Amino acid sequence: MRSHIAVAAAAFAVGGVWLWAFLSTDSVWLFASLIVVAVLAFAFFQRFDAAGRYRRALATRPRRAALFAVLAVAGVAGGLRDQAYPLLMLCTVLLFVVACIGLNIQTGYCGIVNFAGAAFFGTGAYTAAVLSAHGVPHLFAIVAGGIVAALVGSLLILPVLRTRGYYAALVTIAFGILFSTFLEVNSALGGPQGLKLPGIDLFGWRFNRDIQLGGASASFYVNYLVLSLALALAAFVFARRVERSWLGLAFDAVRLDETAAATFGIGIARAKIIAFTLGNLLCGISGATYAMMQGFIAPNNFTFGESLILVSIVILGGIGNPLGIVPAALVIIVVPQKLQFIQEYRFLLYGCLVILILLFRPEGLLPRPLRNYFPESSA
Amino acid sequence: MDPGVAAQYAFNGLMLGVIYAMVAVGFTLFFGVLDVIQFAHGDVVMAGAFVALATSLALHALGIAVPALVVIVVACAAGLAMALVGALIARYLVLPLRAAPAFNTLLVTLMLGSILRELVRLFYPNGSNPQPFPRLLPTVSKNLGNFTLRLDSVILLVTGIATIVMVNLVVRRTRFGLAIRAVAQDSDTARSMGIDFERVVLVTFAIGSALAGIAGVVYGLYYNEVNFDIGLLLGVIGFSAAVVGGLGSIYGAILGGFLFAALQTIGSVALPVSSAYNNVFAFAVVIILMTWKPTGLIAERPSERA
Repeated sequence: MRSHIAVAAAAFAVGGVWLWAFLSTDSVWLFASLIVVAVLAFAFFQRFDAAGRYRRALATRPRRAALFAVLAVAGVAGGLRDQAYPLLMLCTVLLFVVACIGLNIQTGYCGIVNFAGAAFFGTGAYTAAVLSAHGVPHLFAIVAGGIVAALVGSLLILPVLRTRGYYAALVTIAFGILFSTFLEVNSALGGPQGLKLPGIDLFGWRFNRDIQLGGASASFYVNYLVLSLALALAAFVFARRVERSWLGLAFDAVRLDETAAATFGIGIARAKIIAFTLGNLLCGISGATYAMMQGFIAPNNFTFGESLILVSIVILGGIGNPLGIVPAALVIIVVPQKLQFIQEYRFLLYGCLVILILLFRPEGLLPRPLRNYFPESSA
Repeated sequence: MDPGVAAQYAFNGLMLGVIYAMVAVGFTLFFGVLDVIQFAHGDVVMAGAFVALATSLALHALGIAVPALVVIVVACAAGLAMALVGALIARYLVLPLRAAPAFNTLLVTLMLGSILRELVRLFYPNGSNPQPFPRLLPTVSKNLGNFTLRLDSVILLVTGIATIVMVNLVVRRTRFGLAIRAVAQDSDTARSMGIDFERVVLVTFAIGSALAGIAGVVYGLYYNEVNFDIGLLLGVIGFSAAVVGGLGSIYGAILGGFLFAALQTIGSVALPVSSAYNNVFAFAVVIILMTWKPTGLIAERPSERA
């Protein structure tokens, strides 16, 4: 058992080094070989289930796993400490992970399609912008971003409850487009020019100041990395708790068969409302943080296309598995940035890449495992 | 409002409605046979417009300048090319994903849409800028007060309606249309009756996409300009129209198309706020309509779809 944990820790360390190289490299060849290494490792683990026993060993010690993940990201942050752009990318990935965990609660657990993720993300961002411009404390502005997103989402609860499948998809698509068009044409919220935001200031801890510790200095994005990592971990633990709870069971039942769920006395409307609101809350919180990190937001950050990016991450990761979101977010967000060297062909290549992944792995990168009812005895 | 101006708005709304209805009919046909949404459909419209543009330039280079002939050749080229594209999409992307969750088809076709967009942007000469579309139709116009009735618009309107009617006749009145409807109703039973399922799917996709290609030509001739990024919004609007009308119903798609155009027109004329809010208004009404009629105005038959 102990040796399994040690091996898993080593795997996290290797993963950290890989991530560091992946984010910081400027060399085309190194980037390509890193991708090849990742694909080969992935194929190896899939073929021989080599990771299975280590994963199970870790699954019984979730705190240990979280510690390893934090250490790995901390190591990566240490390696990247003075490179602002890779750090910004890593923060973006983590914040998108938060939003996608929210979408995953809606889509993956409860079966509610949401193509307006960017609209709720944007609601959070604009709330934070307006509130921080009025001098509201930043922590409160971020929380309020989530709450306002959930409230705006409640406008859609009735149509979402009444529709199914593609009809429900249309409701959220229509809302997503309505939202971005509204931002574009209104004048109160900056219109197409968008809004500026101050950097986060948490009780005197100013995030936009470079860090000086002894003789070493680090980019101020390390501050944001700490915050985004904390948010991502909290969202992850929260999603896992929801999944393990009775609420999670009710979500699964509603997703798989509404009629059967109803005959067992599960309140379908209640489950859907809770899942939808929780998901929008997470989208809003991550949107608010993202806006304050960027320092500037505009309507074209929150278009239908951005919603599609969020949905692609959830599907590509494996619908229903919050763990899959992390590699999927890395692929979807970082790869197009890193493909700068093929200039304008990158979106073409990227589209082909996603299609290929879905044709050959229709269940996503890390499909959701079967629900484990007795985790203690499985060790 | 002056009746002439009102008539002008109504006529422009009708033109938009025909284009939307042509796109929506494709969505509804595909949904009928396979229960999938082909989200690259809007970009197929765009690709059709670009094929038409390239063909007209080629004809011009060849020195063929008989307008009627040029229009017919251009429309046929766009329709045929898109029929081929549609069949290929069905064969290599949609059919292989039949076993996967419906979500995957959605994402794959969305990605395909962005690939089509990128292909045109990168490989059509100067494709990242709006391209002027030649005026191939007679531009005689008649003024009735404030209302200008242009012959080319009338021709486009009639052509659009005629193609939709033709597709409807094919589906309702021909033997092959019977096969399409049989597959739409119950593909397993249809198969056991000796209907070649795959062929029906491929031809349905070809028909729907050909319609989209011709819609692209109508769009180009009406606006005299095409751009590589018109597909996304056209696709979303066509999808909205098909869904609001009721997926699987051709009449629903037509109704939805004209309804959406009417909403946009009302939104830009009759609202107390700026006309830029017309899409906000149209999509808000769509959400309200969906709440009121959760399976579309012409409701899908009540059987549970798995």
